[in-house]
Amino acid sequence: MPSNEFFLEIGTEEIPDWMIEPALKELQNLLWGDLLLRSLVQEDGLAEVHATPRRLVLYIPAVLDKQPDIEKLVTGPPKSAPQRAAESFAQKMGVPLSQIEVVSTPKGEYWGFRQKQKGLQTKELLKTLVPDTVLRIHFPKTMYWTGKNGPRFIRPIRSLLALYGRRVVPFSIAGVKSAAYTFGHRVLGKPRIKVTGFQQFLEELKNNGVVLKADERREKILADAARLLAAAQPEGSPRRRTLRENPTLLNTLVYLTEFPTADMGQFDPAYLELPEEVLVTVMQHHQKYLSVSDAAGKLAPRFIFVMNLDEDSSGAICHGNERVLRARFNDARFFWETDQKTPLRDRLPMLEHVTFQSQLGTYRQKTERNVALVRRLAAFVPQAPVEHAARAAELAKCDLTTELVKEFTELQGVVGGLYARAQGEPAEVADAIYDHYKPESMEERSPRTPAGALVALADKLDTLAGCFTIGLKPSGSSDPFALRRATQGVVKILGDHNLHAPLLELIAAAQPAGEAAGQLLEFFLDRLRYYLREVRGFRYDEVNAVLAVGAQDVPDAIARCEAVRQVRPTSNFEPLSAAFKRIQNILRKAGGVEQFQGDPETSLLEAGAETELYAQARRVLEETKGSTDYEMVLRRTAELRPAVDTFFDKVLVMAEDERVRRNRLTFLAWLLRAFTRVADFSEIVVS
Amino acid sequence: MALSFQDLIFRLQEFWGRQGCVIQTPYDVEVGAGTMCPETFLRVLGPQPYRVAYVQPSRRPADGRYGDNPNRLFKHWQLQVILKPSPADIQDLYLKSLRHIGIDLRKHDIKFEEDNWESPTLGAWGIGWQVMLDGLEITQFTYFQQCGGIDLDPVPAELTYGLERIAAFLQDVDSVYDIVWNPPKRGASSFSYRDVRHADELQFSVYNFERADVATLWQLFELHEKECRRLLAEYPSGQEPAEKRRFPVLAAYDQVLKCSHLFNLLDSRGAISVTERVAVIGRVRELAVGVARSWIDQNVAATFTSPSEEAVVAE
Repeated sequence: MPSNEFFLEIGTEEIPDWMIEPALKELQNLLWGDLLLRSLVQEDGLAEVHATPRRLVLYIPAVLDKQPDIEKLVTGPPKSAPQRAAESFAQKMGVPLSQIEVVSTPKGEYWGFRQKQKGLQTKELLKTLVPDTVLRIHFPKTMYWTGKNGPRFIRPIRSLLALYGRRVVPFSIAGVKSAAYTFGHRVLGKPRIKVTGFQQFLEELKNNGVVLKADERREKILADAARLLAAAQPEGSPRRRTLRENPTLLNTLVYLTEFPTADMGQFDPAYLELPEEVLVTVMQHHQKYLSVSDAAGKLAPRFIFVMNLDEDSSGAICHGNERVLRARFNDARFFWETDQKTPLRDRLPMLEHVTFQSQLGTYRQKTERNVALVRRLAAFVPQAPVEHAARAAELAKCDLTTELVKEFTELQGVVGGLYARAQGEPAEVADAIYDHYKPESMEERSPRTPAGALVALADKLDTLAGCFTIGLKPSGSSDPFALRRATQGVVKILGDHNLHAPLLELIAAAQPAGEAAGQLLEFFLDRLRYYLREVRGFRYDEVNAVLAVGAQDVPDAIARCEAVRQVRPTSNFEPLSAAFKRIQNILRKAGGVEQFQGDPETSLLEAGAETELYAQARRVLEETKGSTDYEMVLRRTAELRPAVDTFFDKVLVMAEDERVRRNRLTFLAWLLRAFTRVADFSEIVVS
Repeated sequence: MALSFQDLIFRLQEFWGRQGCVIQTPYDVEVGAGTMCPETFLRVLGPQPYRVAYVQPSRRPADGRYGDNPNRLFKHWQLQVILKPSPADIQDLYLKSLRHIGIDLRKHDIKFEEDNWESPTLGAWGIGWQVMLDGLEITQFTYFQQCGGIDLDPVPAELTYGLERIAAFLQDVDSVYDIVWNPPKRGASSFSYRDVRHADELQFSVYNFERADVATLWQLFELHEKECRRLLAEYPSGQEPAEKRRFPVLAAYDQVLKCSHLFNLLDSRGAISVTERVAVIGRVRELAVGVARSWIDQNVAATFTSPSEEAVVAE
């Protein structure tokens, strides 16, 4: 059947950079899915999506002209039914009796009719499918622009290009009619360009200042930057300046531009007296500039900015960006100098005026709680110097009163650490303050030092216990105090610093009231599960198996998951899991595992398979007793598999003799208890 | 020579005047932003089209720096444009306005970066961008979605130009105080932004941060709030259009503006704790929402049309 190329360009006002990639993916999935469902594209067929801030493009090289005709078999009454039934079936199908036939089904012979359905013309289908799909794309925040009865989209749609087989697919959205026209870059291109096919479309965009493909824009920025850095190496010096990589910022720049050109600006090296953290935050977060390292890895007085234009012909753009950066750096220097006049320790009373949360008091009160909690938790972080950690906890929130943090809130903690160091606090204290908000994401590292870990744990646990006590649990997407992040932070710190602190005791130390402790534990288990699965990449049944037999000790749970992952591929493991599941079923039917306490009576064990299994189990148990080499424990346990199999082959569990039967069930319960120290095998889903 | 501060204003007014905008003068009650003026806050409500542009000195007491900081001001000048409904070529119009003040787009880098606007005190929000010129934010561009808690239909576009920033950019000066306010003319000298405004910045910073009497400010806040509430309660909802038309909703709105400004003053005096903050904002918003509803009702009465289907009050 003949096929044609289809492509669509949704022309919009500037879409927020971070929403573009998900939107493209959705556009592709939705439209491709609909076409596939109608057999208009091949499952392994090609489709491409591309975007700039002003256009979302979908291209499918081959879409069939029309849906294939399909034949559907409709079954009527059984052949054994009276003639009348067959007649009325034929009538219902709208055909003479001669056209219905007898078909065999598993249920016997029936009357049937092969009904033909004409496939729809693709050009007809696209007329409704395309606009529907466009408006089905999900964006995090949408708007209306033509009025309340109009459609919602991320930003106003201003142009629609949709061609199927070189013909316009006619439809309209918000008063914009689809047409065979595209538009160039605002400054570098023409506003209206005739389009005849996808290749010509690509050509025209290129000639009109639009680099359609994100990868090409990314490469262009990086190539420009490399060239600028190479050209600007200090004369005769072997030193090399390098770009500081920041893939997230780079992606932002890629989706903020249709024709990106990188250029390099300079700033007065005198600003390098300010901490790099501050300068880099100003450049990257506030100005979207890439920063540059000198040969020694220190910040160089240069920056790379990206314009949405082909060149800075007069130098005005570079001059303007340098001017803005200078003003920003001046502000930062002003704040830095002003802040130094009042050292952190003198800011403690000022925290009385900073509310943490209305019911949980001021930051002064939180600070006092944090310090006390650091002392209560100290035993769980044996490496941490308690006095330094307590000092850090005391000063940790003082930077909230500084001008620098008021201006650059993302630097809270970091600024405190920098000030503490500048004001002569010991390095242990300064580093702990610097790190105490970390990790803020699962990718970010935990605090570097044990003291930092201790302060971070105390700060997060106090927030969690307080918020849960006053009923501020996160619900759905609402989590204003970032309690999920705090909980995951605790879990990650425990894992990264290998701290064997029982969760329940950590929670108790933070003194939640009422039902909060129980709710918090549940919340922690949920986050622990998430951490093991999404961050550490364990399979869900492995996580279930491990947590089913103990979830209090995070590093221990990680070690057990790791062991399960290692031993799982060995030949005995999954069959043994199946056997354990069988044991559980038997015991459940017999009244539950808790009915059968204690050790089995050896004299009642039947010679042969039963005594053999018992002996082997005893031996494995002796050899693995108390071991935290979980992989060895699991390997040894898995070796019981042949004996278990033989037992089930040769021995009838539900023996006639009541005493023997009861002893046998007790034996199985004992086995179950003895060998589920690392993981509950019955949770493993056998492939 | 680069445009003086006042010529910049003249040019923008000229440009938007040609686009059919009413060129208004600044509102004579203290506001934190041009959005708060009745010419924006009230005019965007309801179905009637409107186009207006005006300069609005905007007071943000907490941003004052005693005239010391080269970029931060207690009071800055905004040029506010409202186009209701927003035309389809609004972005092009905006870029043309930049050309009209001498910005050659072939030589400068313009980006529209996501920045959605929200004012909890006004029950208002919109979707839009900050417009960046060579890395400098020069304009806030917003498609209003809601105002006074009411969904807007049609959707107006709001452009807010930061005049000091643009002037400093055009004149290539590092401090707003070095901006040339008026061009030198024969027999008359030129004045700088410092000459015109520095005392204003210094004295109001002293007042806002040090001298304003907190108890008096609270009293004033409560008086204006009470007056506004009284008026809103007396609005003749059930009565004849003629009765409604002469009711002073606009006067009630002035009281809202007074409350909002007093709130900002109290805030800069450090007199409002974080907890109170939310509650006080809620009080002002309640007034703003009340005024917005009465205004819509009054306008329906004034145009003698049946209650507009478009002007649906969002609950």
